[in-house]
Amino acid sequence: MTERYNRPPRRWGAGHGVLAAFLVVLVLAFSSVIKMELVVNGLFLGMIIALGAIGLSLLYGILKFAHIAHGDFMTLGAYTGFFLLGNLFPRLGLEAEGFGPFTFGYPLLLAIPLVGATMAGLAIALDVGVYRRLRSRRVSPVVLAMASLGLAIALRGLVQIIWGGGTEQYPRLSKPFYQLPMGVRIPPDHVFIGALVLVLVLGLYLYLTRTKMGKAMRATSDNMDLARVSGISTERVIWWTWAVGAILAATAGVLLAVFQAQLFPIMGWRFLLSLFAAVILGGIGNPYGALVGALMIGVTAEVSTEWINPTYKPAIAFLILIFMLLVRPQGIFGEKA
Amino acid sequence: MSLLEVSEVVAGYGDSEILHGVSINVGQGEIVTIIGPNGSGKSTLLKTVLGLVHPKRGSVSFRGRNVTGMAPESIVRRGLCYVPQSNNVFPSLSIQENLEMGAFVRTDDYRGRLEEVYALFPDLAGRRKARGGTLSGGQRQMLAVARALMLDPVLLMLDEPSAGLAPNMVDLIFQRIIEINATGVALLLVEQNARQALKHSHKGYAMAAGRKVLEDRGECLLENPEVARLYLGG
Amino acid sequence: MDFAGTASYLSGFAILAGIYAVFALGLNVHWGYTGLFNIGIAGFFALGAYTTALLTTASPDPALFEDFKFGGNLVENLGPANLGVDLWFLVALLAAGAVCGLVALAIGFITLRLRDDYLAIATLGIAEGVRLVFLNEKWLANGSKGLYRIPKFLGDVISPKNYDYLYLVVVLVVLAILYVSVERVLRSPWGRALKAIREDEMSAAASGKNVFAFKLQSFVMGAVIMGFGGALYAHNIRFVDPRTFDPLLATFVIWAMLMVGGSGNNLGAILGAFVVWGIWTGTQFLPGFLSDPNFRFFMVGFLVVAAILLRPEGILGERRVTSRPVPADAEAAAAEP
Repeated sequence: MTERYNRPPRRWGAGHGVLAAFLVVLVLAFSSVIKMELVVNGLFLGMIIALGAIGLSLLYGILKFAHIAHGDFMTLGAYTGFFLLGNLFPRLGLEAEGFGPFTFGYPLLLAIPLVGATMAGLAIALDVGVYRRLRSRRVSPVVLAMASLGLAIALRGLVQIIWGGGTEQYPRLSKPFYQLPMGVRIPPDHVFIGALVLVLVLGLYLYLTRTKMGKAMRATSDNMDLARVSGISTERVIWWTWAVGAILAATAGVLLAVFQAQLFPIMGWRFLLSLFAAVILGGIGNPYGALVGALMIGVTAEVSTEWINPTYKPAIAFLILIFMLLVRPQGIFGEKA
Repeated sequence: MSLLEVSEVVAGYGDSEILHGVSINVGQGEIVTIIGPNGSGKSTLLKTVLGLVHPKRGSVSFRGRNVTGMAPESIVRRGLCYVPQSNNVFPSLSIQENLEMGAFVRTDDYRGRLEEVYALFPDLAGRRKARGGTLSGGQRQMLAVARALMLDPVLLMLDEPSAGLAPNMVDLIFQRIIEINATGVALLLVEQNARQALKHSHKGYAMAAGRKVLEDRGECLLENPEVARLYLGG
Repeated sequence: MDFAGTASYLSGFAILAGIYAVFALGLNVHWGYTGLFNIGIAGFFALGAYTTALLTTASPDPALFEDFKFGGNLVENLGPANLGVDLWFLVALLAAGAVCGLVALAIGFITLRLRDDYLAIATLGIAEGVRLVFLNEKWLANGSKGLYRIPKFLGDVISPKNYDYLYLVVVLVVLAILYVSVERVLRSPWGRALKAIREDEMSAAASGKNVFAFKLQSFVMGAVIMGFGGALYAHNIRFVDPRTFDPLLATFVIWAMLMVGGSGNNLGAILGAFVVWGIWTGTQFLPGFLSDPNFRFFMVGFLVVAAILLRPEGILGERRVTSRPVPADAEAAAAEP
């Protein structure tokens, strides 16, 4: 348990370092040493990673284990969206693609909250059925992680049983890209993704700092025993944490399906390394650190494709992770244990 | 009538047994101190009362109700609050937020209570937005006690409140303890700094190896040569 | 099915079960005896299989393969042609183990000082990294097309129809040797120290044991065993490509085997392999969707979670290598700080 006591104020902190790195990247992009388009793409990819990583970081900080099924929460979210958009909504007469400049139709805006609510319910059910029982046995975090591994496989199996192992796509209409200076072309979808992520992150910030449950989550993340003796019902906090994590992950899944214009059963599992790398980069339990970490990983992964074979992109996250573990295991924003 | 009655409690962690049948009681408005060497089970006793440790045998009753092994949240709601020895504030939350968390189970408007608590600890009042982790040792201790007071407890349990504090801070803490007691709150203290604590206590218990070995009025224990030799450092 | 058909089917089943048992043994060294959470078994699986495949297949004909260049030719150099015995098999096997051991040494050195769950993520990264390398570096291993016609051990000795029986004996011999070796190692002073570390890391460290060194040695040992398993696999199926080592079949099913059979117990690991492989292959005889290959995914996950919840010690439970401690005197225990 990190004791964040008596930290003397420093002149140059981790935040300054990150800002400096970001400025360096911008300078390099503007001077065309690296492609601006890659940086921009990387930022959008990073935002999707961020949604998953923020939830994962919260779960890690409060439940104190590595939730390996988080990627598959994303997958299930994406596929639930597929069910709604491709199956249920059309049957109800809600069929539309190409809403404005976007490839998707307005039903996506309805689908996202429904997907979130479904995953939140599932996550809480899994907590009651599996994790809570293990918690009462006081098992080690590794056993909890193992249980989540089993659930990850089971969830993926479920997806494959219902939808098969192939690739799918949300109903979409091709739309032209925005042409921006410096040779940057962005699909309008990306703008929507970016905007939604920003809204959700802002919402989370307000939730954590202005609401009673949000503060209770922060308190529980600091010290669960103290939270209990203060009278906080930590079981309720845990459920809300699952809900928030699941909603963010499920939304990330849907957005990923839009971003890469396809869904397949291992899409979330593939993301897991990036998610964990972002969480560790930002310091476990620190959702804003996870956001920054995710953006860094997204940009690095995209920019690296200029020199390294693009298929190695997932390995970039891994390399960054190993580098962090070697150099500063508490993460950029974490404090030494 | 006793506020808190602990009766022949046997408890420990996992398979081990730390308390071998301990009985104490705290009356309304009393200050009671438990002294004893490291490992005698003092902290475990407090944790067992609060439900953090499940007793294997024996019972705990608070305000006339049997609360043996109940969940801490429920016991706290009944007016029994606890300040652990260490890690007793939320470091990433501000002073104000720490206090708000103390008041978590309250459903009423507790702003009045908040100001009362700030009045007791003016040092905290001046820095409401400061993060818990940036406070000095003494201020942390104050905050920890303040947090526990937010629920208007009838009985407040403090685990070594003066541990690691500078002597002038120790005096300050005990001053506050007396002030809190003056408002009608009973206090159950576990203390290494036995002299100061016993001086102000109505009643004292001495523990060793998981058992109660002495029980008397505070001043009497202080004057007891056995106690002086074993627990007060001569 | 007639007798010969059944026998042939069963020997095929037993070969794979035996190979998986080797993996389960390796995982038992990692998890059962050292508490290392390795979810990248697929990486060692692939490394072992590819190493032996690369060493033993002939150099590719430049006329047929334009990218693929690597070939070990071990069979020609160390085979019946010039030595009279198929010595190449032993060399290939040892090489496979060695490569895995070296990789484990490198990654373990970096990550074993850190938390248990970081190791899990790191092993995930190894598996991904290995997969990506073999997928992209076409010159090395023919990329996604894979390596064919991996030679048979003692292929000339017996008719192809009965070859399986011979190979089954080979597999069982290797398994037996490994079982005996692991058992002996675990009863040695080294093994007892390992057990002490697993039970209480802090006191073991306090009494002067270099915990990190033990964990590293154990990590390498388990990895070497997995390398052997990969090699045995390659010479059985005689074809490898990056998709063969899908995490489901190369990591999770092995976890299921260990959890079901009994973690911390080598016989349990072997038993678990046969039981779970039996269930796995048995599902094809079940009616309806239960025989759907996708259902197996779900089932493996379900098995792992169920094992953790209902019978974490597995079928055989943990073997007591050392004697039970004498029940502590209650007073003495209370006097402990």
